[in-house]
Amino acid sequence: MADDRTLAEMLRAQGITRRGFLKFCATTASMMALSPAMVPKIAAALESARRPSVIWLSFQECTGCTESLTRSHSPSIEKLIFDVISLDHHHTLMAASGHAVDEALNEAMEENFGKYILIVDGSIPVGNPAYSTVSGISNLDMLEHAAKGAAAIVSVGTCAAYGGLPYAKPNPTGAVAVSDIIKDKPIINVPGCPPIPVVITGVLAQFLTFGKIPELDSLGRPKAFYGQNIHDRCYRRPFYERGQFAETFDDEGAKKGWCLFKLGCKGPVTYNACATTKWNEGTSWPVEAGHGCLGCSQPDFWDMGGFYNALSVPTVDLAKKAAVGIAAGAAIGVAAGALNRRKKAKAVSEHQTVTVDDLEKGA
Amino acid sequence: MTMACNDATTSGEEIFTGNVTPILNEIRHALNTLLETGESTIIDLRALPMGPGEEQHLESLLGIGEATATINAMGPTTVNESLFAGVWLVTHRNTDDEILGKFIEITRIPSILESQTEDIRGALKALPDLLAENC
Repeated sequence: MADDRTLAEMLRAQGITRRGFLKFCATTASMMALSPAMVPKIAAALESARRPSVIWLSFQECTGCTESLTRSHSPSIEKLIFDVISLDHHHTLMAASGHAVDEALNEAMEENFGKYILIVDGSIPVGNPAYSTVSGISNLDMLEHAAKGAAAIVSVGTCAAYGGLPYAKPNPTGAVAVSDIIKDKPIINVPGCPPIPVVITGVLAQFLTFGKIPELDSLGRPKAFYGQNIHDRCYRRPFYERGQFAETFDDEGAKKGWCLFKLGCKGPVTYNACATTKWNEGTSWPVEAGHGCLGCSQPDFWDMGGFYNALSVPTVDLAKKAAVGIAAGAAIGVAAGALNRRKKAKAVSEHQTVTVDDLEKGA
Repeated sequence: MTMACNDATTSGEEIFTGNVTPILNEIRHALNTLLETGESTIIDLRALPMGPGEEQHLESLLGIGEATATINAMGPTTVNESLFAGVWLVTHRNTDDEILGKFIEITRIPSILESQTEDIRGALKALPDLLAENC
């Protein structure tokens, strides 16, 4: 339903004082990774910002992105923003079902044509569209239909942004990202598996505040949140500089909080806000919990060669052993075994299934 | 165990990245600017990489001074002047007491403590009703 009140008016109507509004602006600036000196400008912009309409479509996904957003404790900044935006259509959250859902989508599109923000989570199967449908409509058709009247599209989660887990080799559904299909609309990628809730809402807040698409990096991500890599902002970075690494997850180095690079941390090649924004209302994040970064906000993160292999290791151990076996001039049977292991290692790295028959053919 | 603030090392469960010293220096420069030009500075602690326990270490070095205040607006906000006059720690929480943001403000008085014009206007509208009902 159309509501012409400004965001500030809506907050005041909810009994939020000007002090509360300034607090909202201060935490919003922090969330958007903007300088605290920007708070007065944010306050002025939000004073006149109108309530935007949002249509949220869920495709080939696990609902983790929506869970990430809704599991935030209330009343949080996320909740505040969602209280003041008009979330007209959300497959998972809306109470309506059946034809009423389709009607709500069409109504929201017609009423706000050219102005609404389209949020998509999940990848789109184009190999065989029947892998994922809603009301008998393929994800591809639904996306193309809903994108027509969108002012901008926000691809939430790595699946929508880059294909994500469904895209992982061998990609049985032919999954692709939103940007592989829609070419004529501005697309903001908010990757992560799932993305940090305040990053999702921070992107919306940024759009709401400044009324334009934020500055994006080469992978379509807002620089405000994805401008720096995990490694550069990691509190364990000084240990990396000193060459102090945890070798296993329970050795002395791990207990002392040393760098997790050797245990497969993908921080040096991953751009996200986890190291500073953290998770669970700023409580902690994976590296602080003792596990390396998986690189979940990067394209192909599932196929980067193993979560527990250091970035500097060119391939898996099995392949190295095979090479050593051949170099030593071992017997033919051993070499064949090594070849099998190498094939297996290759398959492991590409996440393909290897059967006994495949191994016998190789021998 | 006494730890120099610029040591990147561990102390029990705590990890020191060496980021405390640069922040203290930034505060020192900002305090000087405040005195000379009157210009305030705000440092967003969420924007800086901090190890577990390191933020608490910084707070313990700054200490708690003679002025403290609590504001109840969308959850509590605590405003504490540190042992160093003009250096304030402002912590915003939601109603579940979870931290939304933490800032060091180098200023004479954090702006969130000031009564806001819109709220004063609202008070001016509400007072006649109070008078009519009770006086």
